[in-house]
Amino acid sequence: MTLPEMKYPLSRDQLLDLYYFMKLTRELDEQLVRLFRQNKVVGGLYSSIGQEASAVGTAYTLEKRDWIAPMIRNVGGLLVKGFRPRDILMQYMARSGAPTGGKDGTSHFGDLQDRHVVSPISMLGDLIPVMTGVAMGGRYLGQKIVTMTWIGDGGTSTGAFHEGMNLAAAQHAPFVCVVENNQWAYSTPVARQVPLKNLADRARAYGIPGYVVDGNDVIAVYQATKEAVELARRGEGPVLVESKTMRMKGHAQHDPAGYVPPEMFEYWKARDPLALYEKWLTENKVWDKKAKDEIEARIERELKEDIEIAEASPLPNAEEAERGVYCEGCHTIEAHWERPIAEVQPPKASVQPVWTVPDFGALNNARGSAPAAAASAPDDGARAEAHSNSSAKSAPAGSGAPKRPARAEARPKGRR
Amino acid sequence: MAPVTMVEAIREALDEEMQRDPSVVLIGEDIGVYGGAFKATEGLLAKYGWERVIDTPISETAIIGAAVGMSYQGLRPVAEMQFIDFIACCFNQMVNFVAKSHYRWGGPVPMVVRGPCGGGVHGGPFHSQNPEMWFVHTPGLKVVYPSTAYDAKGLLKSAIRDNNPVLCLEHKFLYRRVKEELPAEDYTVPIGKLAVRRPGRDLTIATYGAMTLHSLDAAEELAKEGIEAEVLDLRTLMPLDRQGIIDSVRKTNKLLVVHEDVRSGGIAGEIAATVNEQAFEDLDGPILRVTSLDTPVPFSPPLEERFLPQVADITRAARELARY
Repeated sequence: MTLPEMKYPLSRDQLLDLYYFMKLTRELDEQLVRLFRQNKVVGGLYSSIGQEASAVGTAYTLEKRDWIAPMIRNVGGLLVKGFRPRDILMQYMARSGAPTGGKDGTSHFGDLQDRHVVSPISMLGDLIPVMTGVAMGGRYLGQKIVTMTWIGDGGTSTGAFHEGMNLAAAQHAPFVCVVENNQWAYSTPVARQVPLKNLADRARAYGIPGYVVDGNDVIAVYQATKEAVELARRGEGPVLVESKTMRMKGHAQHDPAGYVPPEMFEYWKARDPLALYEKWLTENKVWDKKAKDEIEARIERELKEDIEIAEASPLPNAEEAERGVYCEGCHTIEAHWERPIAEVQPPKASVQPVWTVPDFGALNNARGSAPAAAASAPDDGARAEAHSNSSAKSAPAGSGAPKRPARAEARPKGRR
Repeated sequence: MAPVTMVEAIREALDEEMQRDPSVVLIGEDIGVYGGAFKATEGLLAKYGWERVIDTPISETAIIGAAVGMSYQGLRPVAEMQFIDFIACCFNQMVNFVAKSHYRWGGPVPMVVRGPCGGGVHGGPFHSQNPEMWFVHTPGLKVVYPSTAYDAKGLLKSAIRDNNPVLCLEHKFLYRRVKEELPAEDYTVPIGKLAVRRPGRDLTIATYGAMTLHSLDAAEELAKEGIEAEVLDLRTLMPLDRQGIIDSVRKTNKLLVVHEDVRSGGIAGEIAATVNEQAFEDLDGPILRVTSLDTPVPFSPPLEERFLPQVADITRAARELARY
């Protein structure tokens, strides 16, 4: 069997893995709807249907050491990062066995130590500066990590999105922001929110690479995001990836989405990410019926077991409400250093605290016309470079970069 | 040892903690090359470098967000608000992300947010505020508010070493007006413990920040009239040293609360409620309060003077209370 050629090759096992995670997301979603109808889900239920390729294809590009922060429709990302359906089921069912023990619901949970997952909050945009900080912290500690979060088309209108992307760009943080353009912010179509054809165009304003990808094609999602992750890991980020997809249900279970033109659902239904990928796997002879049946049987078995576990988990004891406001010794705070600590302590860390501004902010700030004085900029000083539309190809350096001039010089080739 | 000012004490705390623990990093606006608007971080960039003293865009939401992210990496970031008034710009990060992280999902946030607060320097409505109660009212945060150089240093060190998010409010009027000799050796001041600044038997004045100085001045005058006021410097507003207040009230049987924060929703109300609940039988008079007006902080000197509590306001209230 020969697999289709790809820039970032995927083995047969990996290709089937992608299917497993997408199908598991879909089936988990269907089971949650069933539990919702049985009144076993507490509060709202948010569907990932239609966006499985987008969540799974992006998260699958990451390594174990990398960090994610999922949004509400990124159940697939949680599964790829090692959480199990039982965790999501118990979150929605507000059970004591849930990762938050019933303190919060939905995908609002995480794991700092092993899976490197940061919990979202309901307010959109705030994860972007937070994951920028995780990336900056990882770089400081010498880890070669990349951080990733997702945001919807609606969330890109928040101030926090802008502040986070701008800081990430100024810091060249190893961070990938996936904009999941699912066409709808609750009931408002994207055209009424943002006067741009492609939300990835916003990357230009931050002087960073931006990609647009078909969010319902898991292979395309993986390939584009993998490139973004590699750029970010090399210090050529951050990167913005727009994944164009479609939210196939209402905002939550209560919302029949009557505001969506029926033809629009029809259009996207014909582009269902699972159906498309099943077809691709068959046409490229990656699997046969037996392989497909095995995966589906495994999912059925795992879900059955996890639903039993979730249903057996009791609701939390009421007194738990009073616990855990503060960490009172329950956590050990420890940074994982992967570089010599001496590098960040004096005398090694000490610098000349001066700015150099290579072109003095001159109107014509092409590098060739920079005043001669700028050429003598000290290497150990952070360089404040005036960025104009013509400077995107220059090598910028911010306060996070001056220790790594070589990497900063390498930046132009990764830029648009 | 020469006496050091409060702002120097803060710089010493940051310097010593950065030296002691490489996981301590600073982030904020103009804190590096410039050394901070009030020079609290002067010299630290030169010593610790660009990676540990991070100048940011004008972007409070990004500053707090990035600090949270770094704290998830096991670092102990100290974020500076150039003026604490600007913390309103990142209110969501503070109250929804930072404060609730540990309770919701067990994500500890060992970070510090510090910045200059308070009036009396004609800073106007946006450079003079006391926002402590916005955060005292948000479970998950700790709030400290020192009145001496010794406490500013010791509380900031405790805050950096704490596994929880701590908001350190530094009264800018005190930055260069209070000074004292500090111990040469490492020390901390525990979060959650008040200090009795002046013992007395006739009434208790519970206060904090710059009003501690006003209250001590008032106590001095009252003493000339034979009224011995006990002055409590709360130092930490959350968690509040309720027991320390109750203990004093059990002794003096009278309580006056003085704060620079505005009247409605100020901590005086919380303290009065606590004493009512726990020491009602010990009270010989009403719980009184001297506070700022329920207005924004006005700019022009006579307006700001009217807005802020004055020593005479404290002595007047204390005399009234002493009559019971």
